[in-house]
Amino acid sequence: MTVRVVLPAHLRTLAHVSGEAKVDVPGPVTQRAVLDALEATYPVLRGTIRDQITHQRRAFLRLFACEQDLSHDPPDTLLPEPVAAGAEPLLIVGAMAGG
Amino acid sequence: MSRVRLLVGTRKGAFVLTSDGTRKNWDVSGPHFGGWEIYHLKGSPADPNRLYASQSSSWFGQVIQRSNDGGKTWEAVGNKFTYDGPTGTHQWYDGTPHPWEFARVWHLEPSLNDPDTVYAGVEDAALFQTKDGGQAWHELPGLRTHESGHLWQPGAGGMCLHTILLDPGTPGRMFIAISAAGTFRSDDAGKTWRPMNRGLRSEQIPNPTAEVGHCVHRITMHRTRPNVLFMQKHWDVMRSDDAGESWREVSGNLPTDFGFPIDVHAHEPDTIYVVPIKSDSEHYPPDGKLRVYRSRSGGNEWEALTRGLPQSHCYVNVLRDSMSVDALDPCGIYFGTTGGQVYGSADAGDSWQPIVRDLPSVVSVEAQTLP
Repeated sequence: MTVRVVLPAHLRTLAHVSGEAKVDVPGPVTQRAVLDALEATYPVLRGTIRDQITHQRRAFLRLFACEQDLSHDPPDTLLPEPVAAGAEPLLIVGAMAGG
Repeated sequence: MSRVRLLVGTRKGAFVLTSDGTRKNWDVSGPHFGGWEIYHLKGSPADPNRLYASQSSSWFGQVIQRSNDGGKTWEAVGNKFTYDGPTGTHQWYDGTPHPWEFARVWHLEPSLNDPDTVYAGVEDAALFQTKDGGQAWHELPGLRTHESGHLWQPGAGGMCLHTILLDPGTPGRMFIAISAAGTFRSDDAGKTWRPMNRGLRSEQIPNPTAEVGHCVHRITMHRTRPNVLFMQKHWDVMRSDDAGESWREVSGNLPTDFGFPIDVHAHEPDTIYVVPIKSDSEHYPPDGKLRVYRSRSGGNEWEALTRGLPQSHCYVNVLRDSMSVDALDPCGIYFGTTGGQVYGSADAGDSWQPIVRDLPSVVSVEAQTLP
């Protein structure tokens, strides 16, 4: 499956991505599988979205799709079907926290 | 004619300032990594065009950048900083045990002779090393696991390892400083460490002369005389003549002995510079006057350097890594402020001019002297 991912602006710059990132996800399309594929495609993103050891999501980042907040879903939960089908992107969003 | 390159880290990006040997006109490049905190950039003494930068963000964590062309282009390298073995605990602000947690890289110190070898001082305090140009980082765990580690406590800015000095005269000897643990020395390339805080006195800790627990803000040395160290402590300016084994106060006639940076003239090992700050709760210069103080006698007797610096209504701070000297003659000295100014002096501090006035808050300044 080819999954569309929208990155925060700073991570698009870091990964030299313009527009959406597209990653191939073998098997079930879960949060973990998409982030694994994203980090495999763009190694520079390792550690910027989730901890490199624990794989815990970084505190100031959220995961949205299809108008749902998926941030607290277990990482092996299937993402919504439109995301898996490439119809909707997975949004990785930086918290609005000033600065 | 020689040139000077200043590597400036700020709260919102990095800037590279370059000038010829006259140091009158400066080219400003940046922001690089706009929007990210750049705690420190430093070039390799063995290859001045090899630069390393610590890029971090509360949102996105730690990134390390490397340049092979003096800062024109950059590539992200390894950013995996994993403590070696059980992390143990240090003291939290309230005195309770708190597990070591990596937050960011405060300081990068390239090896004196190998551009691919770099030391990184991190928060929570530990020392890491890369030998492959930043791709892989490995902790030198002997420091963090020192028997006093469980007593270390963060300063207001976090429990950071902020200073790394490599001794050019004694292979394997290095000094580091941690807020708020103190100074440590290794004589075996970082395998084992000893606290080097005898003579320090800090009224803010239960035992003012304890072996560890001192909030050392910065230490420095002259490369030709590495047994003589100078220190700006939370309060007090200190000097050691025996490679850190003992310290004595040399604050002398300073208007206040609180401050952050301290640096040594490139050609005069007894000429040192500090920027007195009013107090630890008022992080600005006394009387609203930004003054660098210079001692030509290795401490105790200090003169105010004011020409070209604001002498009214100035309430900026100068952080610990924000002062640096070049190796030209006369020696150039530079510092950055939390107000976004970078000041430079091409005459060893006698007179100053702002090189830039309106950068983001400056965290670090490193001067490179180029052929």
